[in-house]
Amino acid sequence: MESRFHSVKLLEDKCKGCTNCIKRCPTEAIRVREGKAVINAARCIDCGECVRTCENHAKAIIANSLEDLQGFDYNIAIPAPALYSQIGKASGPDEIVWALEQLGFDAVCDVSFGADIITECTRRYIKENTLPRPLISSACPAVVRLVQVRFPGLIPHLAKMESPMYAAARVARARIRAQLRIADERIGVFFISPCAAKITAIISPLGSEKSYVNGALAVSDIYGQLMASLGRGGKSRPLYRGSGLGFGWAMNGGELRALGDMKALAVDGIHNVIGVLEEADSGRLSRVDYIEALACQAGCVGGPANVENPFVARVRMRDVSAGIDAGSMAASLQLACDCIDEFGEGYFHMHEPIQPLAGMELAENLESAIARMGELERIVAELPGLDCGACGSPTCRTHAEDVVCGRAIETDCVFKLRERMQQMAEDLLRLARMDLPSMARRDDN
Amino acid sequence: MTARDEHALEMDFTVARHDFAAAGEAASRVKQVLRQLGIASDLVRRAAVATYEAEMNLVIHSSGGKVVLRVDSERIVVEACDLGPGIPDIELAMREGYSTASDEVREMGFGAGMGLPNMQRCSDSFKIDSSVGRGTTVTAVIYITEPGS
Repeated sequence: MESRFHSVKLLEDKCKGCTNCIKRCPTEAIRVREGKAVINAARCIDCGECVRTCENHAKAIIANSLEDLQGFDYNIAIPAPALYSQIGKASGPDEIVWALEQLGFDAVCDVSFGADIITECTRRYIKENTLPRPLISSACPAVVRLVQVRFPGLIPHLAKMESPMYAAARVARARIRAQLRIADERIGVFFISPCAAKITAIISPLGSEKSYVNGALAVSDIYGQLMASLGRGGKSRPLYRGSGLGFGWAMNGGELRALGDMKALAVDGIHNVIGVLEEADSGRLSRVDYIEALACQAGCVGGPANVENPFVARVRMRDVSAGIDAGSMAASLQLACDCIDEFGEGYFHMHEPIQPLAGMELAENLESAIARMGELERIVAELPGLDCGACGSPTCRTHAEDVVCGRAIETDCVFKLRERMQQMAEDLLRLARMDLPSMARRDDN
Repeated sequence: MTARDEHALEMDFTVARHDFAAAGEAASRVKQVLRQLGIASDLVRRAAVATYEAEMNLVIHSSGGKVVLRVDSERIVVEACDLGPGIPDIELAMREGYSTASDEVREMGFGAGMGLPNMQRCSDSFKIDSSVGRGTTVTAVIYITEPGS
């Protein structure tokens, strides 16, 4: 089995072995074995659904810490637009930028500006008529991984755009390199992340051979320190700040609002995304040109590494987005176009192909997979169909999958076990009632 | 489902007349099964589209029937069989845009007369057997390896 890097990890001592997470996982990647959840690395897409579900906080998002800034001479924080939705105090964007600098950063560059760049590149990209329809936004890395694992047939539909995070990192790096004349490897760029999927995308990049971001800090990890600095009243400007539309990318429907009028569909929440991708995969959405798909409900403001309620956060995000005045909005959008002219449009496209990821197959070759599928169907037909999860697999069907792949046995099902026990008890009774040759025949049965 | 031998898989799905809400379920299951068998995604898609069209035909036109999926190491077979009413003129039924669907069905956005041609487009070999009053069997075959290779 392939072992890919994941930022979602299980904290064994906190896991109570309940079956809540296995039920919510969109790729059926989790099993409970020997009282603890086990995540299948080949299937996990780092969506963070289990982090949200776990009541014992046994699922954690592994991120960098502020100590990692020590490895560089100059550090740039690139906050996700969603960060601005997490601050309850009446703090404007400039106060939040200043508070980030107090954590040890030399400069801040808003990812909302990267979003403005990607909006413009995407707008031009969609016009190419040779591309398959509908195109699927690649902005949410959990959705891209979902396509790789569950919908490989839709890989050609992914818009080959870099993420706003990468775009922001690249323009910020270029500017600091030029201004301060320091080597690229001495510059540390850290993403302030609302989710696990983005952190994974930094360590194992999507559609790019190298990562332009050196690490990520989870919003929830720095929240306390950020709030402590915020009361002190400092203000600072970022290297680049996005428009209100760029900030809007953090909310469901925000990317489409930025792109403007077209035949498009927006979907949020990983299970809803699966429903829409099923439709697209069956060729039933050919009249839609573009799909914005976000793994988290309400969009990135609902990310699992955030602290706020997603719906409360969305209202704040709307305020931040509307608070950027029209004058600076036009200036940001112009600046984004200038950046595209300076670097070239292709600079912000993905340069490496997205590959399908194995993980759902029953066997490596077709013949054994067919044999296993036949066996699987036979087992499923005999299972109760309650999908209770007591066996440690999320559904009766996945339990049967695990049995045919040698990862479980049929009597891991409590109902099967009960059947077996009943049969054994009956056998035992029959044996106990058997006459012995040396004894007189009994008449009681 | 019945497995004829362990190198071949056979599954069937019952489709009821005018059950539009359930239409598409066989196609989804076929897609899931083929994906778990590790079949290439373009073949999975073709088989899923053929199944969907077969299912829709049963829902719209037949008095009910079943879709059968058969897979072995060489091919995927999608077969739709029903017990009536049968197709009087197969050549006409295969013509793009020709449909005998009712106005009611058309108002639901179906019955564009593309089902059978679309099914044929997805298959490497395609066959219709039909007789009026007795029923129809539509068979779509998709080769996993080139035949004879």
